[in-house]
Amino acid sequence: MDALGDFLRVYQTTIGVIGINALLALSVWITLYAGQLTLGNAAFMAVGAYASALLGMRLGVPLPLGLALGALLSAALALPLGLAVFRLRGVYLAIATIGFGEVVRVVLLTLPFTGKALGLNGIPPITELWHIYLSLVVVAYVLWRVQGSTVGRAWAAIREDEVAAASQGIAIRRYKLAAFIAGAAIAAWAGGLSAHLNFSIEPGDFGFTRAVQILVFAVVGSTPSVAGPIFGATLLTALPEILRPLKEYRDIFAGLILMGVIIYLPRGLVTLIELRKTRRLQEIGAADVA
Amino acid sequence: MLLECERISRRFGGVHAVADVDLAVAPGQVFGLIGPNGAGKTTLVNLISGHLRVDSGAIRFAGADVTRLAPHELSVRGVARTFQGVRLFKGLSALENVLVGRHARMRSDVLRRLWPRGAPDRLDRERAGLLLERVGLTRPYALAGGLAYGDQRRLEIARALASEPRLLILDEPAAGMNLAESTRLRDLMRALVAEGLTIVLIEHDVRLVMDTCERVAVLNFGRKIAEGPPAEIQASRAVREAYLGTEDVA
Amino acid sequence: MAEQLYNAIFVGSIYALFAVGFALVFSVLDILNLAHPVVFMLGAFVALFFMSTFGAPAALAAVMAFAVTGVFGIFLDRVAFAPLRRRGAPPLSAMISSLGFAIVVIRLMELRYGPDLTSYPTGSLPQTEVQIGDARLDLLRLLVIGLAILLMAGLTYLVRATQLGRDIRALAENPRAARLLGVDVDRAIAATFFISSGLGGVAGALLGFAYNAIYPQMGTPYELKAFTVMVVGGMGSLPGAVLGAYILGIGEIAALVFLPADLAELRDALAFGLLFLVLVIRPRGLLGHPIADRA
Repeated sequence: MDALGDFLRVYQTTIGVIGINALLALSVWITLYAGQLTLGNAAFMAVGAYASALLGMRLGVPLPLGLALGALLSAALALPLGLAVFRLRGVYLAIATIGFGEVVRVVLLTLPFTGKALGLNGIPPITELWHIYLSLVVVAYVLWRVQGSTVGRAWAAIREDEVAAASQGIAIRRYKLAAFIAGAAIAAWAGGLSAHLNFSIEPGDFGFTRAVQILVFAVVGSTPSVAGPIFGATLLTALPEILRPLKEYRDIFAGLILMGVIIYLPRGLVTLIELRKTRRLQEIGAADVA
Repeated sequence: MLLECERISRRFGGVHAVADVDLAVAPGQVFGLIGPNGAGKTTLVNLISGHLRVDSGAIRFAGADVTRLAPHELSVRGVARTFQGVRLFKGLSALENVLVGRHARMRSDVLRRLWPRGAPDRLDRERAGLLLERVGLTRPYALAGGLAYGDQRRLEIARALASEPRLLILDEPAAGMNLAESTRLRDLMRALVAEGLTIVLIEHDVRLVMDTCERVAVLNFGRKIAEGPPAEIQASRAVREAYLGTEDVA
Repeated sequence: MAEQLYNAIFVGSIYALFAVGFALVFSVLDILNLAHPVVFMLGAFVALFFMSTFGAPAALAAVMAFAVTGVFGIFLDRVAFAPLRRRGAPPLSAMISSLGFAIVVIRLMELRYGPDLTSYPTGSLPQTEVQIGDARLDLLRLLVIGLAILLMAGLTYLVRATQLGRDIRALAENPRAARLLGVDVDRAIAATFFISSGLGGVAGALLGFAYNAIYPQMGTPYELKAFTVMVVGGMGSLPGAVLGAYILGIGEIAALVFLPADLAELRDALAFGLLFLVLVIRPRGLLGHPIADRA
């Protein structure tokens, strides 16, 4: 038990980051599940981070409230954005969200009260591991249950064939928007937790690179199941730690592993575990799992 | 009249895909829509189902103007359709496809699902299962993408029926079917009409059209060139000329 | 004022060479090649290699940059894209695969050359200035602009008037039909990557010459700009990419001139604001094809 305590202490930050990355991966996953490829969640993460940090530091707002307000603000931003881009598909949507992300990053660099390029320092480090993991459990549970509901099915239908889905009575715009806003809110919540974990934030933390990283977590894990993005985030966050002995060759292996997974494991990393289970289920003709 | 189209037109660039088409479908009727490839039949269906916007003209369903409605709104009002070439949700099971079809009639169960034991509505699942049986599909959990083509077509019909529509538009449902399958389709259509459904059938299979339709309209180059009972259409010279070169004319 | 315009055209020319290659791959294969900034950077370093190791003149080094990165582009395709094409994977997978590839190559270059700025050997680049009317313009940038225009003219000729160009265009429009019509798809794809990466590489070399400072991550800022360029000009349209590139170049320099210094970062926001606006109002950009989705 002592060993566990020691382990937690040493790797506390990493474990915290894994949890936050898992939340971020889920935020992208939910929009992917509804068929939308978004690279804007790093920007929503930034909104949540800055909002809760500023509210906490300047106005003494307690953490849960700060997180909630950050999520609300993100949702409010996601609504007009979602409306503007809901007709875009695939690559065009991705690029539009990249553009949005860059605009947010630049706005953060220019606004007077955000500390501009230096960002915010001295954020009270009040995030506990249990905050992060409680959030993760709740979000994962809710998403998992929603997946099997009418809403989840509607999202899956939109993802599979939007034209056909519309004919089944699914209000495409409303459902796409819901997934988009949900993703933004989750990303903002994670951003708020992250700000109070790291003591300082700056606009460069939330750029294109971050957005792509989050997307990779979600995709590499797997798309059809909630466990996928969590697994992907865990592995890819832990990877640099695991590869630490390789020192400066770390990134090279990370890149090679990324390529390997995406080329040889079509449904993502979770395939490795689910492969046996799925095969057996398919034998008895059951594709309706969960 | 259940469905009325009044002088609808739609252009793509310089081409009139549909030009000044009038249509009137009575309740309980099986109405056929035929014409050579590229005549505008599917475009017309897309206009009716809300997937495309009309340039001019009006569409009325059960007396109400539905010209500018989105596809999902038409579904809620009771218009269902299948697609030329089958558009199923390939990654979902057959049962799930039908459940999605039922979306317009289901209440959202999200909140109920949030409780650990909250189960999806058993009644809806039973209804979906019955529909699958009715069209002759025996494996509800099979992936839609893995089904044989004939099964996929029937699944699409089951999905369309799941919303308990008043009007069902079938876009070339018999394409690729053999005699036995198209006979079964004909029987299914007759049974559905006996239950009060109205059907608009787009088809190239002349025998099926003759067997099932009370009234047939013929499109060519986006215009309606003939309309009447099947026998009259079959005898019409204008129709024969439109089809010249095709082996479909009996 | 003339100098600023000159600068804008220079910047636009580099953007154009970069974006055209990017757009070419997108139009033919429907994928965003996130490893494109890598060939841009490699071109600069290949030129450096030939100039410092063999004492080659800059012009020859630029040619070698084109050739070497062109071949490298074919290698990139074989490793990162071809396996995914074989199993019909979605474009997203290709993007991620190219991303992994880029991470590996950039890191390797960082290990070899270090992450900081490297310069070309002294005296290897022309320093002379030319007098045109009232303005004194440096010869190097003039040559770059001229070369860029030449390359783009060459590409236009290739695409319009040669069999290979026809094959590539057929592939871009309808891969299945192209194959059925007897187009050698593998050869056309290889040629696409050779041209795309070659142009990207020579763009990197030319930019490197002009600023005399290169570093492994130098391609990344161009990648984001390339998105804007492609969207404004029309995704997948080569002339659109060129047009969008010059519009962006002129817009950026204009912003530099007319915006107060402390709002300089807003310049970047302008580029993306523009991108966003175009996507919402006219997704197909200036010269692109309409994006349709019907039953």
